[in-house]
Amino acid sequence: MLEIHNLHATVADKPILKGLSLSINAGEIHAIMGPNGAGKSTLGYTLAGRPGYEVTEGSATLKGEDLLALEPHERAAAGLFLGFQYPVEIPGVSNLQFLREALNAQRKARGEEPLSGAEFMRLAREKAALLSMDMEMLKRPVNVGFSGGEKKRAEMVQMGIIDPALAILDETDSGLDIDALRIVGEGINSIMRRPDRAVLLITHYQRLLDIVRPDYVHILSGGRIVRTGGPELALELEERGYEAVA
Amino acid sequence: MASMQTLTLPTRRDEAWRYSDHAALTRVWPTLAAPERIVVAAGEEAVRIVDALPESGILQIEAELGEGARLALFGLVAGHDYGRLEVAVRLASGAHLELGAAILGGGAQTLEVVTRIDHAEPDATSNQVVRSVLGGRATGSFLGKVHVARDAQRTDAEQSVKAMLLDRGATANAVPQLEIYADDVKCAHGATVGELEAMGLFYMAARGIPPAVAKRLMLQAFIADAFVEAGDAGEALEARATEYLGSLL
Repeated sequence: MLEIHNLHATVADKPILKGLSLSINAGEIHAIMGPNGAGKSTLGYTLAGRPGYEVTEGSATLKGEDLLALEPHERAAAGLFLGFQYPVEIPGVSNLQFLREALNAQRKARGEEPLSGAEFMRLAREKAALLSMDMEMLKRPVNVGFSGGEKKRAEMVQMGIIDPALAILDETDSGLDIDALRIVGEGINSIMRRPDRAVLLITHYQRLLDIVRPDYVHILSGGRIVRTGGPELALELEERGYEAVA
Repeated sequence: MASMQTLTLPTRRDEAWRYSDHAALTRVWPTLAAPERIVVAAGEEAVRIVDALPESGILQIEAELGEGARLALFGLVAGHDYGRLEVAVRLASGAHLELGAAILGGGAQTLEVVTRIDHAEPDATSNQVVRSVLGGRATGSFLGKVHVARDAQRTDAEQSVKAMLLDRGATANAVPQLEIYADDVKCAHGATVGELEAMGLFYMAARGIPPAVAKRLMLQAFIADAFVEAGDAGEALEARATEYLGSLL
């Protein structure tokens, strides 16, 4: 699904990723943990093509397609979804309008027919219910006036509607109370835990991994993956800290 | 009322014409129609929608609002090399003016909204919202004069002016002018000039929305502020505005 080989990336000429390699197969859930400043968010942004995040070496492919050759919106249409650590507010554009434009732009890019208004609303209602989100919230402007937890749930509704092949979720668990964490975690399982999907969770905490059970856990430090293990690695980190484990 | 109509060709020294395209003015001046007059009688309400400027590019409106009267005026200034919407309004006691305008310019267009709101008597209110989107080397200007007469107590006059520049060569001018001769008044004005949020554009791209569509969505939302109070007529104006936006992106 996702193949990253020897990826180097800079932000404002500062090297952040320094030879990162990672392979994720369809049907797998991977977690990346690591100290602040290790490059976790940079990995997500670089793969999604955020302007200013320059790849200086290495490769990244999604389902065999060269991600780095694509514009950001083309990467999304190719199946990549980045869940933002800080979802962005877009005043005056409703969630429903935003999502319908997004979904139909992706469908168009893939040569599929756009969804009708009624089909889209049915889909939106279904995914909102999955995340216990009131449809009224989706009529409001994107993320404007949403609490931290509501933003994260709204992101998962977006993911449900867009139905990506690969989701990179950057600290989707931050800012969530216990109930919201369960709703979001179960939402991730129900949307993405499928044989033809894959997830890369970027997180600091075990608590999300108790709900979304990863197949592999990686430790990112100094811009590279320094250790890979099974779910037990996250528990070991929680007990002993990065310094001892990585 | 103090008319803004000038019989002789204005020059750049005339404050209300300082950002105008004087070459274009010289051409159209001899054929310029007399200002449109709107009179709203005491207690009445009127709505004027300017969805297109006349062929000359210049529309001048003079309005007189009686006691407690209300005028809602919404306009789109776009589609002309030189376009000007000029509005002079006199408000009697307790009258209200709601004015919303969008300036959408590209290429080398020079577009402007020039208002003079005369709070001649007490308790009148006015609210002006102007949004500009400017690309290429276009110039968009808002000159808004609010005059509050000596005994026009409890006047409440608001101006909100925002411009979005799409290209480095584009220019926005915002000149609010307050002349206040009463002491118990509320006159607020705010003006900002900005660019589209890079993070918002990336967020939309990360969901698969191509840049031109993302910009259009953000700009539509931006100019919608000007037509919020226009109800159904606002939707028609927004639809027209969207067509112009498409040509700027």
